[in-house]
Amino acid sequence: MLGLNKQDTSLFLIVVAMTVLAPFFLNPFPSESSLALFNAGYPDLMQRFVIFGIFAIGFNILFGLTGYLSFGHAAFLGVGSYAAVWIFKLFTYNVIPAIVFSVIVAGAFALFIGYISLRRSGIYFSILTLAFAQMSFALAYSVLSNPNFNLTNGETGLQVYGDDLQIFHRENLPDFPHLFGLSMRANYELEIGSWLFNFSAGYYICAIIMIAAFYLAVRIFRSPFGTMLRAVKSNQTRMYYTGLNARPYTLAAFVVSGMYAGLAGGLMAAVDPLAGAERMQWTASGEVVLMTILGGTGTLIGPILGAGFIKYFENIFSKINDTILHGWFAFLPEGLENLMVAIVHPFIGKGWHLTLGILFMLVIIFLPGGLVEGGQRILNLLRRRNGQKSDADKSAQSTPAE
Amino acid sequence: MSKQNLTRRGLLKTSAVAGAGLAVPTIFTAQSAAAYMNEPTGSTVTLGFNVPQTGPYADEGADELLAQQLAVEHINGEGDGGCLNTFTSKALQGNGILGKKVDFVTGDTQTKSDIARASAKSMIEKDGVIMVNGGSSSGVAVAVQSLCQEAGIIFMAGLTHSNDTTGKDRKANGFRHFFNAYMSGAALAPVLQNVYGNERRAYHLTADYNWGWTQEESIVAYTEAIGWETVNTVKTPLASTDFSSYIAPVLNSGADVLVLNHYGGNMVNSLTNAIQFGLLDKEVNGQNFAIVVPLYSELMATGAGENIKGVYGSMNYNWQLDNEGSKTFVQSFGEKFGKPPSNSAQTCYAQVLLYADACERAGTFNPCGVVEALEGFEFDGLGNGPTLYRAEDHQCFKDVLVVRGAENPTSAYDTLEIVDITPRAQVEYVPNHPMFGGDEASLGTCNPGV
Amino acid sequence: MDSIILQILNGLDKGSAYALIALGLTLIFGTLGVVNFAHGALFMIGAFCAVTLQRILNFSYETIDETKKDFLGNPLKVETPYVESWFGPEMGAGIIEWSVPLAILFCIPVMIAVGFAMERGLIKFFYKRTHADQILVTFGLAIVLQEIIKFYYGANPIPTPAPDALDGVINMGAIIGMDITYPIWRVVYFCFAAVIILGIFAFLQFTTFGMVVRAGMADRETVGILGINIDRRFTIMFGIAAAVAGLAGVMYTPINPPNYHMGMDFLVLSFVVVVVGGMGSLPGAVLAGFILGILESFASTAWATSLLPGINQVIIYLVAIIILLTRPRGLMGRKGVMEE
Repeated sequence: MLGLNKQDTSLFLIVVAMTVLAPFFLNPFPSESSLALFNAGYPDLMQRFVIFGIFAIGFNILFGLTGYLSFGHAAFLGVGSYAAVWIFKLFTYNVIPAIVFSVIVAGAFALFIGYISLRRSGIYFSILTLAFAQMSFALAYSVLSNPNFNLTNGETGLQVYGDDLQIFHRENLPDFPHLFGLSMRANYELEIGSWLFNFSAGYYICAIIMIAAFYLAVRIFRSPFGTMLRAVKSNQTRMYYTGLNARPYTLAAFVVSGMYAGLAGGLMAAVDPLAGAERMQWTASGEVVLMTILGGTGTLIGPILGAGFIKYFENIFSKINDTILHGWFAFLPEGLENLMVAIVHPFIGKGWHLTLGILFMLVIIFLPGGLVEGGQRILNLLRRRNGQKSDADKSAQSTPAE
Repeated sequence: MSKQNLTRRGLLKTSAVAGAGLAVPTIFTAQSAAAYMNEPTGSTVTLGFNVPQTGPYADEGADELLAQQLAVEHINGEGDGGCLNTFTSKALQGNGILGKKVDFVTGDTQTKSDIARASAKSMIEKDGVIMVNGGSSSGVAVAVQSLCQEAGIIFMAGLTHSNDTTGKDRKANGFRHFFNAYMSGAALAPVLQNVYGNERRAYHLTADYNWGWTQEESIVAYTEAIGWETVNTVKTPLASTDFSSYIAPVLNSGADVLVLNHYGGNMVNSLTNAIQFGLLDKEVNGQNFAIVVPLYSELMATGAGENIKGVYGSMNYNWQLDNEGSKTFVQSFGEKFGKPPSNSAQTCYAQVLLYADACERAGTFNPCGVVEALEGFEFDGLGNGPTLYRAEDHQCFKDVLVVRGAENPTSAYDTLEIVDITPRAQVEYVPNHPMFGGDEASLGTCNPGV
Repeated sequence: MDSIILQILNGLDKGSAYALIALGLTLIFGTLGVVNFAHGALFMIGAFCAVTLQRILNFSYETIDETKKDFLGNPLKVETPYVESWFGPEMGAGIIEWSVPLAILFCIPVMIAVGFAMERGLIKFFYKRTHADQILVTFGLAIVLQEIIKFYYGANPIPTPAPDALDGVINMGAIIGMDITYPIWRVVYFCFAAVIILGIFAFLQFTTFGMVVRAGMADRETVGILGINIDRRFTIMFGIAAAVAGLAGVMYTPINPPNYHMGMDFLVLSFVVVVVGGMGSLPGAVLAGFILGILESFASTAWATSLLPGINQVIIYLVAIIILLTRPRGLMGRKGVMEE
């Protein structure tokens, strides 16, 4: 289907099903149960899942295929966001021009940084990209927001003000980013029994774009271009000896993945029209590295899973507080209740970083192939239990690149 | 296991169809079903406390959380009632707000505007909060304030000192109890004149971002008005940890006052470095060298340790303040948590109480009703003395404290001493003051989010 | 002229911290081939060794002073450290005052133990894994370590002053007839760093142990084939690298009060330093540390920022880019290291 082989088609359909049905399976708990806290099916977080999914898919095209570890990818995301917000400010709240422009700007920026950074390889390349990104962050945070030349609005973040130009803005259009009049914030709530499901316009627009981005990534992975990129990873010297110059290929991969980041940045601005400088900081670049490796480097679906995993922690675990814990353990006798709360306390709320750190370590130590490997192991285990020899179709679920 | 009051959005709606087990799609969004955004329909109302829980300001955030928790207890009629007893408005009965029990959810801003907005959005979309309170930086405050304006709920700002929060970035749905950089300048200048005289040459080190610039602007304007000369203003990157290369040029600049427009970790390090270089032992132009830190906080004072001795600054509130509201609050907070409240804790506590009181007086949770009730509201008894929430820009006006690092503190809590209580009249300004966005700045209209 | 010398001193001082951390990173990378993102955390733990010792020495008993009131109006509880009651108030206060220098002794065994535990418990399983895995797992460890510290000590900086005798300023220019006052502790820090750096080089250069380690750094396999237990030596080197980072942290506490994320603040910069110096090159790391420190200081001066606004924000990264583009393997890097 769509020029994909059988495995890829089924993987693609799984991703489509996952994104379309996300509002259901992300809200598995009734909305007043004490477990509703773990529901992730509200618009903002669902949007974040797919947007960071796009970011990680793009990063994986560079890192997963060529092995070049960029530590400055957040810069492209940030540049994309700024570009989109500027379109909002100057022209229109329609998201299409904003997203297109953010992809173009991020691509141009990636071309510039990639052209310079790709002159080196290995950790030298990583540090070059890191240096560019940190410079972008520092400049965006302060210098480029001085009153005479305010490009980024610094600490506060670039946002749309009432007195902005917005040449093509019309009265009847929503005062918020929209797709030809359909506000990105439009939301439809469906109640089934005691369950509440959110269908957000912003989410579905982002989701469709992510599916397209995913499809494109699959095609890149399976194309001769993708094979060439893998050749760069496995042995660049040998490529040179066969008369091939790797630079144009790696640069193309770098630019494509930069454009993915720009797309993600543009979408972030589209669902929430504010661009903060922090999204360019090295920690943000590190985050996408973590997402990709955590999910499974070089696999198609891994980055999406990794992105979901990290964003889930950031948004859900940080909100659990002691009052909620007391609620959970209320069925225990008081002494035991307090003990349980004291035991769990360091890991939730302000301690969510600790939990995340521990989980990272566990995944990396025991599942070098990331979450995808974990999924495979479980699948294999199930198959073996069913008495089948599982080696035959091992990669149906994950399709690793190598 | 089940706890009813965690998320009770749509409780009534749900109970109507519960048991039937049927799929009942509602064809409309919650907003259009309700009169305003997140209208509480159950027996409780949820407030969102959005504070930094990780990152450098985590301790300040923790303190804000304690205070907000305490405020909720008092509103719900638990504990000793705290400032409900001293508050001049007697609308709150200690039975929640408008008969609904108050509940809260917490989130982590990480002191980053992006993350803070994500956290606030999750509170609004998922937990159905009707108001967001707290925070520890101006960037975050402005970002979350504009989010709440768009979403149609009330925002109370927490610790934010930049002029912009109620200046060029003011919003109809947002209020600020904290003072601002302009007020710091207005309060400090007369005291500095008394202590250090008119013949001074000031050297500014300023954190290179929005808040730092507005504070520098304010302090420069006020110190020049009392005759001081501004020798130099140097911007320092936020990420700086070692300020030695910024302090060293001060030595030979001919300046005799160093103004540190820094906050948090920046201030702790820059002050520590300045003392290391022996600035306070120096004599320039025949006068003893002085250091001024326009914005103080208790945690900064703790972090800088002995170095703050004799250094002047300003504060929104200090627990040593001697009025009924303050004493009651300190008693209540201290009994429960074993330490006196910080000025950001007091701010967040007061804001929760004020919000609750405004709802009670307005007779509704509708943000527009609340805004109306808070605009131009004058009160006393929450610790700051007589206070006004100005209608034009939603800035709070009250006395400003000038403090100094104590020479002989008796405990870890009185390292700062109050030098002067600057009366409110002295720190007031016109709403269209050029430092506050001038004539262009406007609140817009209140947004109920429907 | 004075101000130039002052900025050079500042640069040397910043450079000392960079160089010490980068030295440890390079030792670990050169010997074990591991990219250790937890190295900043080791620096931070070192600093908190000083805080911990300060707390231990300040261990107090309470007496009630009826004449004073606490914030709730109850009689004030006055805390007297046991040290003061054992050794007398003056001697006791003196000991507490010297807690930072004393923490050097406290820190060395602690850091070596931490280093051993880290290497044996975690790092050794990652020798054969990719650098990306190493980065990720040590980064995870760094987060865990700093969160543990935050849990016990809070997020606020904790003042740890130098002893009075070493606090204050000294006139560095007196010898050459100029007036250059500079904080004593910063001079101490620089000298301390110089001693440690020279010590490490001497150790590697002049001892059999060091010779084997250097041989191992150059060609691990051959040394292994010769029947030398290189692993054990590498473990010890990891412990030493941890101790160096820890000492850098202890001595840094009087310069800036330590907080739980100080390691992360230094981590990225020290990686830049290591790479600019050339991966795997010890002299390169030290050289790059000092060079970047000095450049950073000069970029902060008024004439630099008026010439190029914002240069103070980006100088380190700008220099890193220029150096890496003109010298492919950093200042003193070898061919083939970390280029795959």
